[in-house]
Amino acid sequence: MGDAAVSIGTAPSEITLENIVRHPEGRQILTCIQCGLCAGTCPYGEVMAYPPRRIIGMLRAGMLEKVFTSDSLLACVACYSCMAKCPRNIQLTEVLLPLVKEQVFLRLSQLPTELHKALENTLRYGNPMAESPRKRAAWVKTAGVPIRILAEDPRPVDVLWFVECQNSYHPRGQDISRATARIFCALGVDFAILGNEEKCAGECARLLGETGLFDTLMDYNMAVFSKYQFKRIVTSGAHAYDAFKYQYPDGFRYGVEHTTPFLSKYVDSLKPRLTRKLGYSVTYHDSCCLGRHNGFYEEPRLLLRTIPGVKLLEMPHNRINALCCGGGGGGMWLDTYYKAKGYERLSERRVKEAVKTGADVIATSCPYEISRFEDALKVLGFDKKMAVKDVTELLSEAMEG
Amino acid sequence: MAAEFWVVVEHWRNRVAEITYEALALGREVADQLGVPLRAVLLGHNVKQMAQSLGKADNLLYVDHPLLSEVVAETNADALAQLVKERKPCGVIVPLTNVSLGVGTLLAARLRLPVVNFCKDLKVVDGKVHAKSVLYGGKMESIVTADAEPAIFGLWPGARKAESGRVDQSPPVEELAVTLREPPIRLERYIEPEAGDVDISQREVLVAVGRGIQGRENLELAETLAKDLSGAVCGSRPVIDQGWMPLSRQVGKSGMTVKPKLYLALGISGAPEHTEGMKDSALIVAVNTDPGAPIFNIAHYGIVADVLEVLPALHEAIESKKGVGSHAA
Amino acid sequence: MNILVALRMVPDIVEELEVAPDGRGLDLEFARMVLSESDDHALEQALILKERHGGKVTVLALDAPELDDVLFTALAKGADRAIKITGAGEGVMTREAAHILARVISNEPGLLPADLILSGTQAFDDLDGLIAPLLADELGLPFLGIVTNLDPDLSAGKARTVKEYPGGVRGEFEVALPAVFGIQAAEKPPRYVPVAKVRAVMKSQKIESGPAPAMEEVGLSMIQVLEMTKPEVSGHAVMLEGSFQQVSRELCGILVERGLL
Repeated sequence: MGDAAVSIGTAPSEITLENIVRHPEGRQILTCIQCGLCAGTCPYGEVMAYPPRRIIGMLRAGMLEKVFTSDSLLACVACYSCMAKCPRNIQLTEVLLPLVKEQVFLRLSQLPTELHKALENTLRYGNPMAESPRKRAAWVKTAGVPIRILAEDPRPVDVLWFVECQNSYHPRGQDISRATARIFCALGVDFAILGNEEKCAGECARLLGETGLFDTLMDYNMAVFSKYQFKRIVTSGAHAYDAFKYQYPDGFRYGVEHTTPFLSKYVDSLKPRLTRKLGYSVTYHDSCCLGRHNGFYEEPRLLLRTIPGVKLLEMPHNRINALCCGGGGGGMWLDTYYKAKGYERLSERRVKEAVKTGADVIATSCPYEISRFEDALKVLGFDKKMAVKDVTELLSEAMEG
Repeated sequence: MAAEFWVVVEHWRNRVAEITYEALALGREVADQLGVPLRAVLLGHNVKQMAQSLGKADNLLYVDHPLLSEVVAETNADALAQLVKERKPCGVIVPLTNVSLGVGTLLAARLRLPVVNFCKDLKVVDGKVHAKSVLYGGKMESIVTADAEPAIFGLWPGARKAESGRVDQSPPVEELAVTLREPPIRLERYIEPEAGDVDISQREVLVAVGRGIQGRENLELAETLAKDLSGAVCGSRPVIDQGWMPLSRQVGKSGMTVKPKLYLALGISGAPEHTEGMKDSALIVAVNTDPGAPIFNIAHYGIVADVLEVLPALHEAIESKKGVGSHAA
Repeated sequence: MNILVALRMVPDIVEELEVAPDGRGLDLEFARMVLSESDDHALEQALILKERHGGKVTVLALDAPELDDVLFTALAKGADRAIKITGAGEGVMTREAAHILARVISNEPGLLPADLILSGTQAFDDLDGLIAPLLADELGLPFLGIVTNLDPDLSAGKARTVKEYPGGVRGEFEVALPAVFGIQAAEKPPRYVPVAKVRAVMKSQKIESGPAPAMEEVGLSMIQVLEMTKPEVSGHAVMLEGSFQQVSRELCGILVERGLL
């Protein structure tokens, strides 16, 4: 658990190779052997002016300004591929790239509009979609099961379920939330949510270089957490999971889990409840945060295999090699920007691979993936062939009554 | 001599604007309810013939001056101020449009009179004019009265049907002179919009196409309709992705946010990523083959039909409506 | 170049707006305030002109909730001075606000003579008048609104500006300076400023704060709001039925009614 939002200062004159290297994470760049595995595995490696390998090379050569004034890093979707493959274990995605991106961010004369709006909205409304914070828990009324909101009932609770932005506001995200709530109730999990007090965890902003926004959200979230008593946080947000686990301060005394691995521990209780046979063939898409970053490859598969009638098919790029949906690190709000530059949409790249497996369903575990893959299926004309469902949706579907 | 209720005529590029007729229709009602004459006030240069369609008013004040050939807010306000001071009407409607913006406020400021903006309706209650004004982008409406007379009512388009305010007969015309100084503001020239050079966020009417348009070859139908309505064509992301339209025409999360007076959503399903960019449009009309399309939840009017079949029928209907005599502004 | 920008906070319509218990105004308990959209453009245009021609940008605003964030953000974007005018009270309407701003502009050292005074062309609660022409009237300056392009030439004492007309038509004007402009859109969309920069500015710079001058006259707005209500909204579209010809005719009728045809 490193320092929250490692930052090397905002004034250009403060950034030198010396003070980059003075940070333990920054010093790691001295160990880079320039093997190029990072650039080779990067999904946008071939379109970046400066992929990770070159960035490290340029930093070491003292060419800081050249790196910081290039918009090459806007093409980084924070997929953890480079970090997972680096033979030197350089904390690329988690530390070095955000550190560099913070400087890039300060120098950008203009942000792509969609990204600009998403960041402003996140600061102002606690979510990137410009939805009112007072509507964040509106979906609860349609959940069909009782859901405790801590502001209304502040008694101590076992699990604080951090729902996340997409899963609170987006119609498909709300489907996931309803499914999750239903499963929690069926399993007798003692849980509550923050409701309208919940705000974005800000991890994608941090990965993009907007550390100020991350810090502001973190300050807010820490203050809200301290109001209530709970043992652990379980979140549906894969990026939120990373924020709490790796970035929040050392004083963060709660255990953190993501819903998918959390539920995988309940397989024995779940199995008898999964009585409806689904009859789908399913291919599981490993999300970057859960998979490459945290190694939760088998847990979602275990859950899927527990569902009767589900046949599991693997895509060629699975587990550590999975292809990112393109939503991380700001990518969620840069589709138009990438398109204008002629980059292939990563969600489309992945969906093509998924369709080739012949599966009926792509199963997902990160909130961004649902809308990105559904969109890609429509654009490519495969939306009648294949559906996208979150793992929790499939579990809920198999749970009768 | 009783006070009169006035309507300031807006005209632009040699045409009387639609809003003038709307204002006259409304002014007629107010004047009748107050029991006073309705007077149209026409400021301009060599535009006396415009009186010919202003017969809804009982009489007309015409001021001809070279400095009034184009609307410059302070010049027009100064002219009106002189007229108002001399004639003391009991109320004045001034159109609130791009052309006339600022005239009403400056007139009110010069004479220390009240101004009520964003009026969508006026009615008389116990001998006093009550204005209904729209606030906060349409989220609220207020009933407003003024503390002094005459009040200046800044009128928004759409208060009444223009055809009910147009009478093709000249009212009696009285010419008056005013003294005007040359303002330190001069219109040099007009710049016409180029074909691709459209800022859709500034357009009042948008014809939006989605996947339902099916092919690039069908865009022409949308273009025709846009022309009929003096609007512009725009699209949801899939249409732009296909390359049928430039990026500048994209509406939604990844494109522009627009709030036109009319948003015609053709073959657009209404996914949140799109509606985010247009949900605050004043009037949303949606056409889609799917009765369950989410666009119908935010549209004001909906038609379940194939876009390709409705468009030609709509074009024909508009053409025949236009034949009955209302101009586009 | 000395540029003044008048900013105004308005209710944020992302939040559900409610009518106050007295039925005459907004319930401000849950209403949040946000910078009026075209004021943001006015600020951006001022900053672009400062970057191009050098000079100073001063922002002024009447106190309102969340104003401090807006002023610090303006400073972080490159404004030189931020002046907050306190004590005018809640619910000050545009006419009174313009009068207060004009008095402060006239009396506060270093503000006049200004070359350009900018504000947004219109705020959606400008019920009793528009700020830009009101300021122009009070300060005895020329005014032009709905401006999308502003190109000052100080040595010649004038600016080339572009105003928007209906149907995508634009008009090119020459305006003698100093003048007041109502900005519709800046040359480029308002810039983003990283939160870290705003936080840094909150520590290193100050907002100047001063009381509104005592009003020598009251009741400047001269209007009364008798009632405020939400317009009627249905949750679903009214569906038009019938043959293509029938629905088309019906739709035409609706468009005519709304003044769109």
